[in-house]
Amino acid sequence: MPRLVIDGKTVVAKEGTFLLQAAREAGIDIPTLCEHPAVEPYGGCRMCLVDVTRPEWDGWSKMVVSCLFPVEDGIIVSTKSERVMNTRRVVIDLLLARCPNTPLVQKMAAEYGIEKTSYVQNPEPTDCILCGLCTRVCDEMGTSAISSSSRGAGREIAPPFNEPPPDCIGCLACAEICPTGFIKYETSNSKRVIWNKEFEMLRCPTCGRGHITKAQAAWHDGKVPGRYFEQCDACKRKAQAAMAVTLMGGSQIR
Amino acid sequence: MRIESKQAFEEAVKAATAVNDKRTREIMVCCGTGCLANGSQAVADAFAQRIGDLGLDVKLSLHAKTTGCHGFCERGPLVVLKPEGILYTKVKPRDVDEILEKTVGNGEIIPRLLYRNPENRQPIEKYEEIPFYKHQVRVSMRNIGRIDPASLDDALAHGAYAGMARALFELTPEQVIAEVRESGLRGRGGAGFSTARKWDATRKAVGERKFVLCNGDEGDPGAFKDRSIMEGDPHAVIEGMVIGAYAIGAREGYVYVRDEYPLAVHHMNLAIEKAKERGLLGKNILGTGFDFDLKVSRGGGAFVCGESSALMRSIEGKIGEPRAKYIHASDKGLFDLPTALNNVETWSVVGQILNQGGAWFASMGTKKSKGTKSFSLVGKVKNTGLIELPMGTTLRHIIFDIGGGILKNRPFKAVQTGGPSGGCLPADKLDLPVDYEVLSENGSMMGSGGMIVMDDRTCMVDVARYFLNFLIDESCGKCIPCREGLKQMLHIFDDLVEGRGKPGDIERIERLCKGMQLGSLCELGKSAPNPVLSTLQYFRDEYEAHINDKVCPAGMCRELTTYKINHDPCTGCHMCTRVCPTDAISGKPKEKHAIDQQLCISCGSCFDACPEEQCIVFLPKKDIGGAHATAGN
Repeated sequence: MPRLVIDGKTVVAKEGTFLLQAAREAGIDIPTLCEHPAVEPYGGCRMCLVDVTRPEWDGWSKMVVSCLFPVEDGIIVSTKSERVMNTRRVVIDLLLARCPNTPLVQKMAAEYGIEKTSYVQNPEPTDCILCGLCTRVCDEMGTSAISSSSRGAGREIAPPFNEPPPDCIGCLACAEICPTGFIKYETSNSKRVIWNKEFEMLRCPTCGRGHITKAQAAWHDGKVPGRYFEQCDACKRKAQAAMAVTLMGGSQIR
Repeated sequence: MRIESKQAFEEAVKAATAVNDKRTREIMVCCGTGCLANGSQAVADAFAQRIGDLGLDVKLSLHAKTTGCHGFCERGPLVVLKPEGILYTKVKPRDVDEILEKTVGNGEIIPRLLYRNPENRQPIEKYEEIPFYKHQVRVSMRNIGRIDPASLDDALAHGAYAGMARALFELTPEQVIAEVRESGLRGRGGAGFSTARKWDATRKAVGERKFVLCNGDEGDPGAFKDRSIMEGDPHAVIEGMVIGAYAIGAREGYVYVRDEYPLAVHHMNLAIEKAKERGLLGKNILGTGFDFDLKVSRGGGAFVCGESSALMRSIEGKIGEPRAKYIHASDKGLFDLPTALNNVETWSVVGQILNQGGAWFASMGTKKSKGTKSFSLVGKVKNTGLIELPMGTTLRHIIFDIGGGILKNRPFKAVQTGGPSGGCLPADKLDLPVDYEVLSENGSMMGSGGMIVMDDRTCMVDVARYFLNFLIDESCGKCIPCREGLKQMLHIFDDLVEGRGKPGDIERIERLCKGMQLGSLCELGKSAPNPVLSTLQYFRDEYEAHINDKVCPAGMCRELTTYKINHDPCTGCHMCTRVCPTDAISGKPKEKHAIDQQLCISCGSCFDACPEEQCIVFLPKKDIGGAHATAGN
């Protein structure tokens, strides 16, 4: 197992993991904006930059994003070197210019001593930080209903042609994973609307709550065992708890 | 007929050469994109039709063909007549009869169509005597302009696939890599990584399938060498890739060509098809049992897809965005399998290296940069076009001897090399030998081989802004430093050229550059500050003039510059009034003219058109005052 030094602390990491994970497991905090355990690392926000060196590199070091850098035996990592902090400061300052009213961004900027962006503030403030979590989760689910569109300064997250996305199943994974609440939706017991697409809801036979869209149930059909999605999560949990109680001889769990 | 043995290959070359030798008189019409745009297809058609009208005996010895780019795009459409090597420039279809009658019929030269030395107006008959061609050493482009890219036999007659035949019949894959190592060949895409090392790593990597890829996504403003190679000699690319695939152990490959290069796509596809028919590509190449399949993958025109990881994603059918490269493509490239990606120009010289030997290639160039390098020479230079020279040639030689110097003999100010990732080098760097190390040490880079020459009427702040403007649309937008950094950098530069610069801007620019260099995901973002930093390094005073004095020393920033006509030298020639787009210049012919400052948009057209010295001059706008005084502040 690779042994490395992070901020002076010797860490034994699991083979095949990334630096970010190794640092976190060792209790060392590295800021991130585009990382989520549910999806593959992306390396887009650049906040998790760290300095990596080796004794034989004679003082030379390279900057890498820790979310994607595989752990190596013998590396010496600095997560708070001066140039790392300076670079993160430029990055979060730039993001604050784009998203001046977004609490998540404001909070992280404040941690780097920035109250107000030193750049030209976006005349049309947005909460989308373009972390790509929504499109990645949609992609990894296998639906790929939304994606980033355009390039460079004009990049945005959108369904194809900005029309209700034909492949969307209304699962809300994108909205749930969005760290800033940028992706809006409405849901009720009878219908759900997201990305301007309307979905019919299926009701839980036990409690009567509309808990899954018909489109999502159809999409899962054959991929998950039998009638898994018929009952809502809350009722499933209740049923499982009831079964556990039964198995334990009917006494109340205290 | 498929070629299935060494003997059959030699016979095929012999047969093709024999046909070629019979053609004692060849008329080569350049049909590269530049000349096509100037109407060369009509010239080629006219030759074909007129020769078709002549008798059969004449037809065998007289042969007109369309070729790839001759390089001297400035003077197109170009026609070269062999065997003498007479070059006719700016040929029109109506000249065809005269050329056939006089030059082909009677050996008579038509002076009107010859290139004239701009120094003494003397006509030059033969293309190899023209300075633009005389100083060049062509390896990657050796067959461009000589062969018909649509004819495999013509390519065979000119030595194509000889290096591949040697590699497949005589050498082991290790020996091929050793030959390439001896040549010292480094990546022509710009980064200059050792080709042999890349191949060796890919060969040693473990993978059930391996790939070789060709990067033809040339997107730098002003660069067109890769396009010309693919258009003019697609077989050189195929040959190189077969050799590379053999060395690495790959069975599949892709040529990634941007779709804005339709002729390159067409010629590559045509060449692949013909090579497959003859057994030079595909299954059981030359009967050796080696299989290699090659396909063209058309790019959608995103500049960032020239970045290796983005290119691979694009071929996979995903969004063309870069990803972190902590694991090399030689281990995990296309479809996460071992992959060797090289630039068009790199592949195009491999055949020659195998044919003539690594030592031959290494005999040219500098200590660390071997062989020759192609450049697209453009900008304010007399002879624009495509050139190839040994590494280590000085910038002065390229710009003044081959390029013929600066247009209108204005003073040289800077040369931009390496496209949006490169930098600008000033006059005191003209004697630097051009190689990978020297260019990077001086704040620029080899890059794609684009070379944009600038005269004194070029504002260096505006040049940096031009590249930022290009990149802001071409950044993929995946990472924050590149996407947001370019946007903010452009804000600062807009302020500078429009007179809103303020003290501290230079420091802000430098801080942002540093953040982008260190923070960006791929080379596009990391190198995006280069045009800014190199102009800051060499022309800091111009930045300071924009900020502190609200003056554009080159007189190019419209918001800072105004034009005035001095009465004494004005002859009333009326040249300025003709070009003024806003009718701001008044004055009757032969009388003194004047500019109405209210109407003038400071475009500078009058200045460029004026034939007199010191007649039209530019001044800082603030010196004139009035309604158009400096914006802001």
